[in-house]
Amino acid sequence: MEILMSILIGVLVTAGTYLVMSRSLLRIILGTAVIGHGALLLLLTTAGLKEGAPPITNIEALSYADPLPQALILTAIVINFATTGFFLVLAYRAYKELGTDDMDKLRGIDDE
Amino acid sequence: MNNIIILLLLIPLLTGVLLIFLRNRISAQRWLSILSLLAVGVIAAIIIQRVLNEGTMTLNLGGWEPPYGIVLVADMFAMLLVFTTVIVGICCLLYGFRTIGEERERYYFYTFIQFLLVGVMGSFLTGDLFNLFVFFEVMLLSSYVLIALGGKKVQLRESIKYVLVNIVSSMMFLIAIAYLYGMLGTLNFAHMAIRVSEAGQDGLLTTVAIFLMLVFSLKAALLMYFWLPGSYGAPPMAIAALFAALLTKVGIYSIFRVFSVVFPHQPEITHQLLAWLGILTMIIGAIGAVAHWSLRKILAYNVVVAVGFMIAGFAVFTTTAIAGSVFYLIHDMFVKALLFLLGGVMIGLTGTDKLREMSGMIRNHASLGWMFFIAALALAGVPPLSGFIGKLLVLQGAIGEGFYIIAAVGLITSLMVLYSVIKIFINGFWGENQLTVEDEKMSTKGTLLPSAILTVIVIGMGLGAEFVNVYIMEAAEVINNPSLYIDAVMPNGE
Repeated sequence: MEILMSILIGVLVTAGTYLVMSRSLLRIILGTAVIGHGALLLLLTTAGLKEGAPPITNIEALSYADPLPQALILTAIVINFATTGFFLVLAYRAYKELGTDDMDKLRGIDDE
Repeated sequence: MNNIIILLLLIPLLTGVLLIFLRNRISAQRWLSILSLLAVGVIAAIIIQRVLNEGTMTLNLGGWEPPYGIVLVADMFAMLLVFTTVIVGICCLLYGFRTIGEERERYYFYTFIQFLLVGVMGSFLTGDLFNLFVFFEVMLLSSYVLIALGGKKVQLRESIKYVLVNIVSSMMFLIAIAYLYGMLGTLNFAHMAIRVSEAGQDGLLTTVAIFLMLVFSLKAALLMYFWLPGSYGAPPMAIAALFAALLTKVGIYSIFRVFSVVFPHQPEITHQLLAWLGILTMIIGAIGAVAHWSLRKILAYNVVVAVGFMIAGFAVFTTTAIAGSVFYLIHDMFVKALLFLLGGVMIGLTGTDKLREMSGMIRNHASLGWMFFIAALALAGVPPLSGFIGKLLVLQGAIGEGFYIIAAVGLITSLMVLYSVIKIFINGFWGENQLTVEDEKMSTKGTLLPSAILTVIVIGMGLGAEFVNVYIMEAAEVINNPSLYIDAVMPNGE
């Protein structure tokens, strides 16, 4: 399972990196979201997949799962959601204002 | 009684929320935001005195003992930075009152300033790596808004780049956190430090440490400064001054904290790397500062030079050099805010940031000119101003340890920095006065008050170095001797 997850994380981060390097702004934003998913899955995987029962006191088990990674991931998902949302709005506004979503044309000139 | 620490974050956070509801009552917004920062400043001063007398204070949130709960740690280093942050925040707000414009004030400018300060102070106070990530994001999201607020073309264009760079580096931060949690099973700084020193810092941990260094370097503009000149040039100067004084410093603080408490065991790799990064950053920043003829660009590259200097000073890793670095860090927060605010007045008066189109402003604005001159000398480290002592201590430490190249590059880049700011002074204030009072694009009424406060501080920090040094030495002691920090957070060991 860990190996499968590692491959998946690799694919997600690779795809995200490819998207971030493209010229279209929308693809870049999607790329950051995909890298974000890769990072969250990595957090889930490195902390150990499915090791025991839920960490609730009235469940008898030999070992319990670590609840901390889930808490961290939940927090990080909320933050990623907020930044992605903000980035999309910013991109839309920039597109309306500047008339392009091509990064090559967003280089800018000194006099404005 | 350590609950007082949480007030430092709670007051600005609640004020920020309250200000959202007072959207159309601008004078109420102004008063509340200033009062909130004054209150935080007083509390920070009280905590600093207590820390000086009784040692580091910690607050276990929710009563959960570390390593299980989240802990806030108020040691002298963090508290000095919090106090400096508040003063810089007050000065930038005072400048903002006059210059920011009603449109931005109506659209939550003051709210986001408060949230930005929550993020900055939270990053200084937290004792937990993941919490650091969260406070980073609080700070960054507010800074995204502030940089884009107003929606001018240049702002939108630069903010896209700024947001992208920071999102990617935040993802890398998360990846580094994932690896560390997998290896150490904890994210509390003190607990991580105990486990790393017990198990030994092997190659794998050092690799992750360097990955973390990469993340902080991006935020601190250490070598990876490419986003800085553009994005600090886009927003109004009140916001740019706040960014220049605070944002990169949070990255520097994180490097100081992580590489003194958690990963100090292989300095021949990590600290050596930091030293070279610092040296390269100083050289590149100084070249940029000398090369440009735009006021905003010169000031932005000066931020980069200072980052290199502080990191190089830290990388020497001796008592003297670290004390120097801490002194310089605090000095730099004040002097960068001062320079950006004065530059803002100059740009506001002439309506341009091109040095070749300014001249002779000293005729009508003598106090502006003299304050800029003092700030320029302080930046370069001319005694008896505040930059001198920090530079002296770092150079002493570097030469004592045989890091001659840091000393040499530090001195040469100081000269280049001096040249770059004196270039602004000569072009802006000497020569024929082309600007009559009627032609000026804004009035200086009220805009020089925050600069005057900061100038007094910059002079006072230099002349009163004996007094300031008591606090600086205490702060450097915690960095030098991480067991103080670890014992304060986890008094009973693991």
